Amino acid sequence: MSREKILIQQVGHTYTPPTGAPVRALENVSLEVGENEFVALVGPSGCGKSTLLYMVGGFLPLREGRILVDGRSVEGPGPDRGIVFQHFALFPWKTVRQNVLYGLEKQGMEPARRREVAQRFLDMVKLSGFEDVYPSQLSGGMKQRVAIARTLAIDPGVLLMDEPFGALDAQTRGLLQEELLAIWGRTRKSVLFVTHDVREAVYLADRVAVMTARPGRIKAVLEMRLPRPRGADVQRSPEFVERSEEIWKLVREEAERAEGLPGR
Amino acid sequence: MRTAGRYLPLALLLAAWEAASRLGWVPQSMLPSLSGVLALWWRLFTEGEIYTHGGASLLRAGAGLALSILVGIVLGILMSWSRPVRRALQPLVGILYPLPKSALIPILMIWLGIGHLSKVAVIFLGCLLPVVLSSFNGANGVDRTLIWSAQSLGAGRRSILREIVIPAALPEILSGIRIALALSFVLLVSSEMLAAREGLGFLISFLGEAGNYEGMFAAVFTVAALGFAADRGYLALVRWALRWREA
Repeated sequence: MSREKILIQQVGHTYTPPTGAPVRALENVSLEVGENEFVALVGPSGCGKSTLLYMVGGFLPLREGRILVDGRSVEGPGPDRGIVFQHFALFPWKTVRQNVLYGLEKQGMEPARRREVAQRFLDMVKLSGFEDVYPSQLSGGMKQRVAIARTLAIDPGVLLMDEPFGALDAQTRGLLQEELLAIWGRTRKSVLFVTHDVREAVYLADRVAVMTARPGRIKAVLEMRLPRPRGADVQRSPEFVERSEEIWKLVREEAERAEGLPGR
Repeated sequence: MRTAGRYLPLALLLAAWEAASRLGWVPQSMLPSLSGVLALWWRLFTEGEIYTHGGASLLRAGAGLALSILVGIVLGILMSWSRPVRRALQPLVGILYPLPKSALIPILMIWLGIGHLSKVAVIFLGCLLPVVLSSFNGANGVDRTLIWSAQSLGAGRRSILREIVIPAALPEILSGIRIALALSFVLLVSSEMLAAREGLGFLISFLGEAGNYEGMFAAVFTVAALGFAADRGYLALVRWALRWREA
């Protein structure tokens, strides 16, 4: 097995909402993501999967356990870990091109080269011709492609994705899943991908980690062993259906617990 | 055609005004005729008196407003950015917010005299809080994923403040400034009416006390026209500054 790109060890997290009692969000979570590996994290809503992703991103303080990326412990956000959010998080006052240029500028790249790189990534997500419009003029799918281009342009070793297609309609989601696989096939990043969509997880990932209801723990980690490259037709194969069923059963148990329904 | 329709109620109102005073429904001492007011307005312009008063007023309102915008944005954003600053300023803001700023006019006159300075100070103090509060709320309401995105793209604290927080808070800051703009006219006119040697507010009260009602109305017209033009001009500026927002 390839060496770990992301190593999460015994991480716990408690947060205190502005009003109310402290909430135990994560409990003793350990997980690793290998070099060039695509790991999906699924679980019922509220199980803390996004919280875990934010901790790998360095956006939330780490008080219990440790997280290593490339062997270095995470101390805060950094350009070695790119992130894509569900609601795109584009800078609305910047044009598409300016959004992609921003990170390159922060990396200290010289202007002519910046422009070239930005264009290459905008071409990659098929947004040529939209460089000078503002995000408000784009569809949801296009916005998310800008966000992906912006994140990949600075070439982070790790790509963190927080339900990136959760706000899109079903058709657009399907197209972007295929596009993401194609891009990932070429750029080969280590990906940690949070979703509540089991089929999405099975379709995209090498391994799928299932989390329990709050406080989130890792319930199981399953190898998908589906052939790559994967076209959309993989989703009709018996292996795909079988894996999806298997994971869905695990997630369902936890979802029922989260909803307070009697199991089994 | 559309614009003509929009201004129809205003035109009807003006026609009713002219009729009311011409036909003697209302005594001239209470409501001078519109035509008389317009004639006097014209004279104020041709004789140049209006420029001295208008110039003094615009200087005061402009200086007070500009100061309040500068200081207000800095304070509001610092309040949201730094906990010690917020702790220090929040009680002060809470006390000053409900205080009618016009109550400060007499005090400021005693301290600063009846010239430009006291007017600028009143306008500055009155306009400051709307700008502080809108900047504070705007900066506080910035979507955390915008800040996180910038951080993971390599932006430091200062860049985030300048390049993310301020532009993201801009819509709210600009609407606070619009309130401040309207307030600046209120405070300008009331402070000039109370005690001054020049200015449009002074002109209104001076002409009124002298019994020159046509002139007084003409001065009121001038203030109203300036206020309207300032607001429209400001809205055009806002539209341009926020052109990135969806229509």
